[in-house]
Amino acid sequence: MILLHTTGRILRQLRHDRRTVAMLVAVPTLLLTLLYYMFDGQGMVFDHLALVMLGVFPFIIMFLITSIAMLRERTTGTLERLLTTPLRKTDLLFGYGLAFGLAAALQAAVASALAYLLLGLDTQGSPGLVIMIAVANAVLGMALGLLASAFAKTEFQAVQFMPVVAIPQLLLCGLFVPREAMAGWLEAVSSALPLTYAVEALQEVGAHTDATGTMWRDFAVVVGAVLVALLAAAATLRRRTP
Amino acid sequence: MTIAIEVADLVVHRGSRPVLHGLTCAIEAGSITGLLGPSGSGKTTLMRAVVGVQVVRSGTVTVLGHPAGHTALRRQIGYLTQAPSVYADLTVRENARYFASLYGLGAADADAAVRDVGLAGAARQLVGDLSGGQRSRASLACAIVSKPKVLILDEPTVGQDPVLRDELWAQFRGLAEAGSTVLVSSHVMDEANRCDRLLLIREGLLIADDTPAAVKAAAGTDDLDQAFLTLIRRREAVPA
Repeated sequence: MILLHTTGRILRQLRHDRRTVAMLVAVPTLLLTLLYYMFDGQGMVFDHLALVMLGVFPFIIMFLITSIAMLRERTTGTLERLLTTPLRKTDLLFGYGLAFGLAAALQAAVASALAYLLLGLDTQGSPGLVIMIAVANAVLGMALGLLASAFAKTEFQAVQFMPVVAIPQLLLCGLFVPREAMAGWLEAVSSALPLTYAVEALQEVGAHTDATGTMWRDFAVVVGAVLVALLAAAATLRRRTP
Repeated sequence: MTIAIEVADLVVHRGSRPVLHGLTCAIEAGSITGLLGPSGSGKTTLMRAVVGVQVVRSGTVTVLGHPAGHTALRRQIGYLTQAPSVYADLTVRENARYFASLYGLGAADADAAVRDVGLAGAARQLVGDLSGGQRSRASLACAIVSKPKVLILDEPTVGQDPVLRDELWAQFRGLAEAGSTVLVSSHVMDEANRCDRLLLIREGLLIADDTPAAVKAAAGTDDLDQAFLTLIRRREAVPA
């Protein structure tokens, strides 16, 4: 019950911040449109990039939003106060997961609708699978954001974790250089980064009519990474502080 | 007399600086205890230790028979931090309702707490749009919403107008009469007279632990400010 009240509270906070909600929904669609005109007439390239971006945008945006939201909980004292109440740490962490997961589902649904219906995105597999993977990615970004907030004392520091956490994953996920073409050690690093699996899962949906075993394995890896990040984040929520 | 809060030989360091040096005191259930002392004397640290959010170096803090911070205490303790810890991007009512929900309480209890702190008229306003004093009362509403058995209030009346301050003290008295143990910090000495008992602390040491009348009698003055000064001077004259 406390979990659902916490989810509701976080969604209510979002609702009071209309500009954030508008940006959550509009920014990915604008960027996809930009991509569409950049590769005007090169449908294959657009299909390839847009599909991956449908997974990458929610990851980055949710990472940023969550790390700032959690940092605020820490700096305004609400976290300390919450931890003196009957609330369990998991109520808070999964509360964020559910609330931002819902926001991500809305974001992914709108961005996918635009990409498929107006921009002519073409994938072999179903858009439903694309949205599912995009939401998992958003929750991954959220979980890493919760964790990262523990290592930031100010908003300035928190936003700088975005390039630290997100950009290497983006560079090494196989989008810019095929993973097989990477130096051995880089490929090994790439294999250790969760976004690599999310991107591969999306590419599987792009290339196959039905959900493949590889796609489900990759999806499971992303979900596993979410759980590990949440557990690590739980360990950073200390009831007692110096 | 039942003891609600018992502190024994409490030593707390914050960073490399010792803040409390072996503090011992006992607080009676159903009373209002004023924790007085200048800024930096260790008031907040002592309150944090009672709530169970402070890492302590040694000593014990027992609240309602449990070690401070025990899971069983989380339903029974209300804590108002010095800086208002409420969500600026929620309304007063939404804040109170959320904190009420953590104790399994509903909207009616939350709305009552908002009324009790005199914010009924501002219930639909975002906390971020309120004045400092109102924000602090919004935070207070979230601390008293569960009618806790132990209520720890860190400077609850700072920046409040005199009429409101009077009403807030009436609220605290009401809670104490209903059986709650209230520990209030303040550096306004005239508020000290409203307490059943006073703890005067300075530089992490307990200087006095008595009723306001007894503190004044011991110092031979009717003015608490003066009494505090006298007790400090007397202590400094006699090396420990």
